Parts: sequence; structure tokens; C-alpha cells
Amino acid sequence: MAITEPVYVAGAFEHPTREAPDKSTMQLHAEVAKGALDDADLKKNDVDGYFTAGIPEYESGLSPLIMADYLGLDPSYADTTDFGGSSYVSHVGHAASAIRDGRCDVALVTLAGRPRSRGQATGSGARDIRTVQDSFERVYGATNVGMYGMAAQRHMHEHGTTGEQLAEIRVAASHHAQYNEHAMYREPVSVEDVVESRVVADPLHLLDCCVISDGGGALIIVSKDIRSELDRECVEVLGFGEAIGHHDAGRIDLTRTAAEQSGSRAFEEAGLGPERVDYASIYDSFTITVLEAIEDLGFCKKGDGGSFVEGETLRAPDGELPFNTDGGGLCSNHPANRGGMTKVIEAVRQLRNEANPEVQVDADVALAHGTGGSIGTRHGAATVVLGREDR
Amino acid sequence: MSWEPRPVPEPNPETERYWAAAASGELLVRECLGCGLVYHYPRALCPDCFSEDVEWREASGRGEVYSYSTARTMSGWPEEDLPLVLAYVELDDGPRMMTTIDAKPEDVEIGTRVDVRFVDTDASDVAIPVFIPVDD
Ligand SMILES: [Zn+2]
Repeated sequence: MAITEPVYVAGAFEHPTREAPDKSTMQLHAEVAKGALDDADLKKNDVDGYFTAGIPEYESGLSPLIMADYLGLDPSYADTTDFGGSSYVSHVGHAASAIRDGRCDVALVTLAGRPRSRGQATGSGARDIRTVQDSFERVYGATNVGMYGMAAQRHMHEHGTTGEQLAEIRVAASHHAQYNEHAMYREPVSVEDVVESRVVADPLHLLDCCVISDGGGALIIVSKDIRSELDRECVEVLGFGEAIGHHDAGRIDLTRTAAEQSGSRAFEEAGLGPERVDYASIYDSFTITVLEAIEDLGFCKKGDGGSFVEGETLRAPDGELPFNTDGGGLCSNHPANRGGMTKVIEAVRQLRNEANPEVQVDADVALAHGTGGSIGTRHGAATVVLGREDR
Repeated sequence: MSWEPRPVPEPNPETERYWAAAASGELLVRECLGCGLVYHYPRALCPDCFSEDVEWREASGRGEVYSYSTARTMSGWPEEDLPLVLAYVELDDGPRMMTTIDAKPEDVEIGTRVDVRFVDTDASDVAIPVFIPVDD
């Protein structure tokens, strides 16, 4: 896995909206594309690679076609990988590979979605039976929150993790969200607030769950040659890894995620380990998602996540592992239920010193990690390690 | 009592035997004669070694709760089927299967011993395996 050429994130843009009843999802894609191009100081015609998980509600399966048509793109390379929430972390790695292969020089990555305006209920999901697996899962009422609830229950059983420890994750995210003027929930919450909120799927409470928001984001990833023509501060892609965890024919382990593999692959490629990470964006569909990822990425030993997150560990700017300084999916934004994009964007902001000042970390190396699908059945894991150019 | 209006499985050529067996009171798992893996859900080729030499085997129907989560409200779910105790049961035959535990939530813990029961659907050749706590 030798990296031959450096690749850079040159532009990043998060849509400020959290509710967009009067816009089409495609319009949001176009708005974030424009925002990221402006941020990179590049033009639309410079784009020759395009990456998106598409528009989930369309289910057309022809995302690269409908999106290139709508956006007026003429890419020599397109990738519409959809792993769920981790997709947009994967797109960073896929774009880096495509650039290093000479398939493109300026990769545009766009995400947008409007689950809030479309009325998606918390933790619900279609009850339609489509895949082979649906007949063995959805018939039983398997919702996302129910499956993550089972993961939390098992983690508590094996490792003594408590609801109060899971709550610490929400508390830290809410502490950061108060400084983000665009965050959906800006009010700091306490451990008591979390464990006294309504139980959605035992042992997970309402405040253990991410927001449902409209919105979007985009990234511009460029080759070394393009980077040399730009004045703007860029962020280097140091390492990337992805992996898929699944039911494994009946051997599923609800306490472990494929972050073990995606993380070690990304660290190996970057030539550094978790101790070098100054800031981490960690996918937070639920608090348990964060806890298991922290362990699996090697920030602490398996089973020690509960005690690790206690106190101020996750708080910016001075905690041992400042995380999700935008408020994350728990408090700020979870557009299209594919929050990997906002994870990458906040890591880029941290490395460019563009985070909200109260939570700006002195960071040379940042990590963004996505967990997509469900750790209760099958999930994608994607990890990217990013660094300042002058690190 | 019928399973509906909860969602019902869509049998396919790989799985119709599983659902039909359930309708006659048997829980089936797949066993690979190539590598010995006993697995769930049914697939024609072994997911470990891709052998096509796989057989149906009747499971004992016994197992224990590997994990569970209780939902007391759930949009779109029939009120009479709440609270819903979603679970993974680790069968004594090996694999962990997703299911529901037909019991009061307070009677379910990780490690609770369970036995299979079958709930009929409107289709005569499809029944749904669920589990109930047992003493043993
Ligand atoms: Zn086999």
C-alpha cells in the first residue's frame, strides 16, 4: 500500500441549512458543490472526477448519470459507492486513489439529503422487504436504533459499560455544539439529561441518538500539480482504510466493528498511530457507535471505552481526544443519514484553524471515521487520516 | 393469532424450505459438508468456503439470548405487538439469529435460555420463528 503521490483536500463546505422544505435535494447538491469550489478557489470546469452516494430517496441506482446531468459535469472518473454513513469518508480515499492513478486531478464529492423535510421518524426505517436479509430481520421489527440498542446491551454485559458513560459522549458533543451557530441543538446537556430522556430502544435513550436533519456538504480533493497552483491552505490525505463488518454467517460480535480493520489500514498507510491524532471526528449515529469506534481505532483497549470517555476526555480544546467539535451528528447535523461528510469537513476545519474558536484544537494530525449501515447486522467502516502540510 | 400486519418474509428458491419447515414446526439451519460450518440465514453456497455441498439440518430450537433491545413504542408497528423485544439468539447449534422474544421485557436477560415457537402467517407455507424463555 505504498503512497506515491501526495493528495490534498483543497476545499470543504458544509451547507448551513438544517431544514430545507423549499429546496430540492439536487439543488442542495449543487449549492454545496459551488460552496466547496469557491472555498478551493477552483472553477466548475476544473472538475474531472465526481464522487457521491447519490440521492437515497430516489433509489434509481443511476446516481452518476442523474447527478452529472443535473450538475452539468463531464467527469473522466465517477464513483457512487454507498456504504451508508461511512460513504463520504470512503469517497475521500477513493478519490485519492483515482487521483494517484491519474484518472482525475480535481475530484468533487457531494452529499445532500432532506430526511427531516421528508418526515422520517426517529429510528424508523422502511418495513419493505427487499433484500434476502430483510426477510430474516425486518420482519422482526429490526430498526436501526433497536440494533444499536442490542450492541449497547451486549457491550454493557461484557465490559460493564454504563448508560452514564455513554451519556458522556452526548455531553461532550453538546458542549461543542453551543459554539456552532448552525447546530440543530445548541443547549449543553448533562449526564442526567441523557439518562433521564425517553428510552427509545433499551438501553438507548432519545439523547443517545443523532439528529435527523436536512443539509449537505462537499469536498474538493486535488492532485499535487493542482495543489501547487492554489494559494489556499490545503490538508494532506495521509492515510485511508475501509472495511465491511457483517453478520458473518451467524458469528456476529456486536461489541466489535470493522473500525479495527479500517483504522489499522489507515494508520499503516499514514505511517503513524492513534497516539499521534490531535483531533478525531468519529461517526455518532448513536453514542454506542462512538464508544465502539474509539476502542476499535485503538484510542483505548477494547472494553475500556466507558471509562475512557468519562470526564473531559472528549472535550475540546484540552481533552485527551477532542472529538466532533461541530457538535457532530448527535447535536449539529446528519444530512441524508450519511454523516461521514460532516466528519471529514470538521477535521479539515480543525487542521486549517477554521473551527469555532472556543473548540479550536492545536492539531497537526486529524482523523475522520465513518460507520455506515448497522453494527447490528452489516456496516461499512472508513477511516481517513489527515495532516497539516507544515506538520 | 397471525403474524400480520407485521411484515412477512418473501421466500425465494434458497429460503422457501426454511419458511415451509417453520410452518410445520421445524427450525432449520444450513450445514456445510465441505468445511463443517453451521450457518444462518440460508444460502445455497457456504459463505465460508463456497461449497455447494450443503445440507439442511433441524436445529434443536434451543439457545440463549446473546443480546436484546426493548422498544415500547415504534412507529408503524401494531400496538398489540408492543413492547417489542428484538433479540439475537445464539442457537445451541451454533449461529446467532435475529428474532423476537415473546415475553415480558423483565423476563429477558442476556443468557436467558429460550426455545423456539412458530407464529403462522396468512400464507400456509410460511411461519415465523420466535423464542420464549424456558427453564433448563
Ligand atoms: Zn463451507
